[in-house]
Amino acid sequence: MNKLIIPALLSALILGCSTTPLPEDSAGGAPVESRSGGGTVAPVVTGDLDASGLPRVLTDPKSKLAQRSVYFDLDRYEVKGEYQDLIASHAKYLVDNRGFKVLIQGNTDERGSREYNLSLGQKRADAVKRSLVLLGAREDQVESVSLGEEKPKNPGSGEAAWSENRRADILYRAADGRGEF
Amino acid sequence: MQRISRRLFLICSLLAATLAQAQLSIEITGAGANRIPVAIADLAGDSTAARIVTATVRSDLERSGLFKLVDTAGAALDENSPVNHADWKARGADALAAGSVVRTADGRLEARFRLYDTQKSVSLGGAAYLTGTEQLRVAGHRIADFIYEKLTGEKGVFSTRIAYVVKSRGQFLLQIADADGQGAATALTSPEPIISPTWSPDGSQLAYVSFEKKKPIVYVHSLASGRRHIVANLKGSNSAPAWSADGRRLAVVLSKDGNSQIYLVNADGSGAPQRLTNSSGIDTEPRFAPDGSIYFTSDRGGSPQLYRMNAGGGEVQRVSFEGSYNVSPRPSADGKTLAFITRRDGRFQLAVMDLASRQVQVLTDSNKDESPSFAPNSRMILIATEIGGRGVLSAVSSDGRIKQRLSVAAGDVREPAWGPFSK
Repeated sequence: MNKLIIPALLSALILGCSTTPLPEDSAGGAPVESRSGGGTVAPVVTGDLDASGLPRVLTDPKSKLAQRSVYFDLDRYEVKGEYQDLIASHAKYLVDNRGFKVLIQGNTDERGSREYNLSLGQKRADAVKRSLVLLGAREDQVESVSLGEEKPKNPGSGEAAWSENRRADILYRAADGRGEF
Repeated sequence: MQRISRRLFLICSLLAATLAQAQLSIEITGAGANRIPVAIADLAGDSTAARIVTATVRSDLERSGLFKLVDTAGAALDENSPVNHADWKARGADALAAGSVVRTADGRLEARFRLYDTQKSVSLGGAAYLTGTEQLRVAGHRIADFIYEKLTGEKGVFSTRIAYVVKSRGQFLLQIADADGQGAATALTSPEPIISPTWSPDGSQLAYVSFEKKKPIVYVHSLASGRRHIVANLKGSNSAPAWSADGRRLAVVLSKDGNSQIYLVNADGSGAPQRLTNSSGIDTEPRFAPDGSIYFTSDRGGSPQLYRMNAGGGEVQRVSFEGSYNVSPRPSADGKTLAFITRRDGRFQLAVMDLASRQVQVLTDSNKDESPSFAPNSRMILIATEIGGRGVLSAVSSDGRIKQRLSVAAGDVREPAWGPFSK
């Protein structure tokens, strides 16, 4: 039984990989300008969707847009310069795809007050939201919430875990409601 | 819908029953310097019931750290027996309690007792409590409260309740227990975090923050019925509920206007939130003081510090000045002390501030203290802390001398909230 399924799955995987060309990053290709018409354009996406119903350009590990996390220093909520590129790519995607929405979840490490950390996580999420909106994303495309210290990505203790948890994540949802939140 | 939620509640309760090992156990790690020697004679009457009540009274008094139990072997007394004061004085007791538990005509139990001052050879009074078999420990707590109050001059808190959150096997349980950690009952079970439970002034409801809808939302939960309603679910985060003294309003923290700020909402969920603070930083953790003013945490000065404002908002004063991280202010019910968490050399510790002198004293030597909560008599402070990588609760006297630890075998305990005096 297993002997049959595994090779079948494997070949499906290989086939899937080899026959689906990677979508070009919007920055790298030559996008056709279609925004000059004035009215809003509802983008139609065909094919190239992943299991959650999102375009692969958002989830393929090779895509810049698959980088979704912004990390912060202890007790701080300013977006560091090194994340400007990452945020600019997401802002551009939201400008080009007005039907898409993002949820920014702010997180903190486990130390200190849970309630203060909830507010700190909110500040981090808000900072990412503000950067996206400044770069053209619409206010109603971006919601920011906080998980505080309650949902650590790394449940350990110590600086390695803590720095991984001082983070804001960008989650996507497509116009049809499918996606990551 | 109603039926579904009731059935869900039933399932949750059953689930909670299977998690019954989530029972708090208590350990005393410090005691007061001058403990009052007191003799609690074995209660007479119905022997099984009497044993439960006697044991409850003794363990309550001993756990408080203010009393030393004197051996009562050989004494056969009830509330009406003549007392040989000289004899008890010779045994080293300053006070003696004797009583009985008897079955009444209608099948209930009555616990009666009398307390004596053996130094002055006088009775300090007595009382009788009618109770059912399942409530025997409550009767014991009430007797212990009576003795505590007569001998220390302060109200006892043995018959109060505490709320806390247990994280066990990926589930979050909001539990209610007697102040000694016994008789735990689960009010809410959720796969998502529950934080910041706080008791309504009459002890019938809890406000808390639940992440069950994937973001923080403030609920009010009636303990007797299990009914609950949302009091704050606005865009962004909703958190940090604090009851006003009359129980009709809650101060909450909302980020709906783009920043964590303090608002006032009605406890029944009606009406629009009224904004109380106006800063560009974080304002959170509001708590009403007995005079109606509100203490809170804010980073408006560059680091999180404690502040105080008038009830309606307006004028704000900074309260804490030592160190770069002072959070979670909790004014005591007598208005004299502010408990809070301070970071010193990277360690988070419980501290108290005498509000008259502004003198600060750090009470613990731990690394990860959180969420202080005063007992209603202002004498003890319950905190969450960590020992051996596990979350436990610790009760610390406001002078730091007495320490007790409450832990759960199967999980992490956190977010304690000490309830009001029972009626």
